[in-house]
Amino acid sequence: MSGPALATRGLTKSFGSLAVARDIEIELPKGVRYALIGPNGAGKTTLINLITGMLQPGSGRIFLDGVDITALPPEQRVQRGLVRTYQINSLFPHLTALESVTLAVCERTRAARIWWRQLNAYPREIDQAYDILAALKLDAVCHRPTRELAYGQQRLLEIALALATRPKVLLLDEPAAGVPREESNELFAAIAGLSSEITVLFIEHDMELVFRFATQVIVMVGGRVLVQGAPHEIATDPQVRAVYLGKAPAPVKGKQTVSGVGS
Amino acid sequence: MALAEKVTSPRLFLQAQTRWRPAEIVFWLATLSPYVLFPNYLSLASQIAIAGLFALSLDLILGYAGIVSLGHAAFFGVGAYTAGLLSKYGWGEPLTGLAAAAFAAGIVGYATSFVICRFRHLALIMLTLGFGLLLAELANTLGWLTGGMDGLQGIHTWKLLGIFRFDLYGRTAYAYALAVLFVLFLFARRLIHSPFGLSLRGIRENFVRMPAIGAPSRAHIRTIYTIAAALAGVAGALLAQTTETVSLDSLGFERSAEVVVMVVLGGTGRLYGGLVGAAIYMIARDQFSGIVPQYWYFWIGILLVAVVMFLPNGILGGLAKLSRWSRS
Repeated sequence: MSGPALATRGLTKSFGSLAVARDIEIELPKGVRYALIGPNGAGKTTLINLITGMLQPGSGRIFLDGVDITALPPEQRVQRGLVRTYQINSLFPHLTALESVTLAVCERTRAARIWWRQLNAYPREIDQAYDILAALKLDAVCHRPTRELAYGQQRLLEIALALATRPKVLLLDEPAAGVPREESNELFAAIAGLSSEITVLFIEHDMELVFRFATQVIVMVGGRVLVQGAPHEIATDPQVRAVYLGKAPAPVKGKQTVSGVGS
Repeated sequence: MALAEKVTSPRLFLQAQTRWRPAEIVFWLATLSPYVLFPNYLSLASQIAIAGLFALSLDLILGYAGIVSLGHAAFFGVGAYTAGLLSKYGWGEPLTGLAAAAFAAGIVGYATSFVICRFRHLALIMLTLGFGLLLAELANTLGWLTGGMDGLQGIHTWKLLGIFRFDLYGRTAYAYALAVLFVLFLFARRLIHSPFGLSLRGIRENFVRMPAIGAPSRAHIRTIYTIAAALAGVAGALLAQTTETVSLDSLGFERSAEVVVMVVLGGTGRLYGGLVGAAIYMIARDQFSGIVPQYWYFWIGILLVAVVMFLPNGILGGLAKLSRWSRS
């Protein structure tokens, strides 16, 4: 049995006197679907930024498959299989969906270094990109420039870009942010359908989606991990209820959507 | 795009993008017209071809990778002085002179690219400007080598391929400059349709996203900056060889600014933009400076303002829009 796919040890980050991450220790076993929840400003996105190297931690270490990656630049972490998506679409507006994903595939296969051969010498890369788009039902619009795609399709393209890098650990920052309920179900179904080899951590505010798709839940508050456990444990945890609903004890049903914590 | 609807196979679609369009063939045939239509303007035509190559090299970094440079003439100048000095000190063979110039400018480009790739936007503009000024002053200080203010004299370019003498009318010069431009254009065209070219467009479109798909953007930028520098060096060498002189302004600020204007006029990120921009700029300069020598920049200024205001994607961008509009 091998160790966790991703682990952090004593991860800490401050902006001036504001501590945004305090001594964060998490361990994600291989293939598990983790939800990361917590009120706004809890440090969820900061944690993703720290893990992926977009931010440098003040102290602490990050391990991918048991290897210390704390000193690696973001792109090398991606090359090793630690990949993220963004809460706000961060795409290539004038590239078509197919071009965007082909680009990501070429970066993985190192074809992107080749400037003396034309793209049509790389049918394997193009086909891979197309297959990823087809799996996310984007094949019909794959020749459209990204900026012309519907918002929900752009959210899927975010995930397609991440998949093109062949992630081992996938960090999804509010994948369904701004997507209507019916579509967000579809989007999460696509995430749930990912290979069980991939470890997934997603930030999500919609508790129904969290309880439906997560096998484990991490709750963050004030830059700290408050509790961690199976969804039904989290749903009945008094600390979590206090954070989300104030001090007054209120009945929490498993499928209730917690209001007032939207983005 | 009509094309996208018709072609369903992803491979075919990408292949279709690299296919030669009729307008391109017309364009290159038109470049031969000066021999028939304007035989008295062949030296202007070769200046245009050289400026076009220089603009093409800038478009690779400005239009494709989004690197705004105000010091691109540094590489043009290095190329010009390399070819000029080689010739002055006994080796006037043109093609090897070009290769030497490309190599020298490429080395300088590669060396500076390590700094360039760490910066974006305003800092980048200031850095390239600074490098350009440094090199111009260096050339000025090394007067014993470069001829300083008087320019580099005593250049003699040998016959092209040992056969064609560079004549007074510029017949050989234009054929030479045009052939070099065409070959390097093919090279650039291939490059932008390569996987690497796609990565450059990614860098231009969303620099911040690139690391998140595992792209070593800095390495990509170093590569294209070096290539663009080498191409600019070839353009400089062409000027040195065809005019048999090199002056300090070959690496001055004005030349750096001029080439940005050419690319913006024609349209960035479309390969032909620099070529069209160079032609319009050089012809406008030739015509306007004939009419009102003191004020010709005034007209260039008006042209630039008009293009940027009404054709934000340059003249070619405007034409592309027009053709889309007329088809629909």
